Amino acid sequence: MKVLNIVEAAYRGTLEEQDDPIIWICSAMKGANADIDVLLRGNAVNYAIKAQDASGLSFGGQEQTQPPKIADDLVRLKGKGVKIYVVDDALRERGIEPGELIDGLDFVARSKLARLFSGYDQVWHW
Amino acid sequence: MAKFLLIESRDPFDNNVVARQYDLAVNLVKEGNEVTLFLVQNGVLPARPGAHSALLTATARSGVEVLADDFSLRERGIADNRLVEGVKAASLSVIVDQLANGRKVIWH
Amino acid sequence: MSKTLTFALMDPPFENARSTTAMRLIDLAVKRGLNVNVFAYEGAVYLPFAKQAQHPNAVHGRSLEEENHPLPRAWIAAVMKEAAAKGAKLDWVNCGLCVDERGAGEAIEGVRRGSPADFWKFAEGSDNTLVIGTK
Repeated sequence: MKVLNIVEAAYRGTLEEQDDPIIWICSAMKGANADIDVLLRGNAVNYAIKAQDASGLSFGGQEQTQPPKIADDLVRLKGKGVKIYVVDDALRERGIEPGELIDGLDFVARSKLARLFSGYDQVWHW
Repeated sequence: MAKFLLIESRDPFDNNVVARQYDLAVNLVKEGNEVTLFLVQNGVLPARPGAHSALLTATARSGVEVLADDFSLRERGIADNRLVEGVKAASLSVIVDQLANGRKVIWH
Repeated sequence: MSKTLTFALMDPPFENARSTTAMRLIDLAVKRGLNVNVFAYEGAVYLPFAKQAQHPNAVHGRSLEEENHPLPRAWIAAVMKEAAAKGAKLDWVNCGLCVDERGAGEAIEGVRRGSPADFWKFAEGSDNTLVIGTK
């Protein structure tokens, strides 16, 4: 069974969780030999930007020592054989330049999502 | 040809991505698939004739079956005999049946 | 043999409509005699939290009994019982790490602790899977 996992909501609970929960669960499932790929759409396309930096949070002197590093997590996921698709219209709309992005992404036009979805047994929109 | 069920829980008044989900439904039909767009929760709001209803009618005219959860309609005081053209009220059990029949299902 | 559906949920109770719609779908599936697996991820681990308690409603002048406030844990228990009566199963797994970080360890009877590997196993063994993500 081949599954495409869609991530659309971005930076939702990522500071408290120190992860994006969907990128995390995809990594965990890949570790269990799941045959999965990931599609970033909407604001989640921002996750592919190399320069994200969430470090420095501190509350009452309690410092966060493991801030999320979502771009690194995507690179690691890619390294495990998971394709990371990104909707290129969403990048352009947000003014994100190609040079800002991690390597190894697969770009897909919004108009071609229907064709992409047809290639998977299931499509899970988180 | 595959069969898809797109469940839309959000509405275009509050969220400008919803129109893209309607487009996705139409594009899936253009790719030769059979598609049901099932509106639930606030997703039924444009089923009442209003500013964004034309999007739903256009989606239905493109060959997508557009259904609206009868409970969500009633909860919002939308009479099922007052729905915009192309939208039909339906029981949530349609989702369970289509799931059980193996449709590719996507919740938004 | 009965079909099996898997649901992945993320929303905690009392915060939005998704958790109620999910329960409606699970209830309908059980009524149809389907086996149902639920993987509760993130805030959804609070859906079967054993310590949920009813309260009165002074705004409406209702006593605790009159208010009869819904408790998702009671809904889940009732649907589990209905499934058993039909010879079907509602297998509810709470994501263990999500439980730990939220202190939601006290769940109703019949709920077990698991991991994303369990969710993948559920999905592979089901006729279909519906993921209801949060926003």
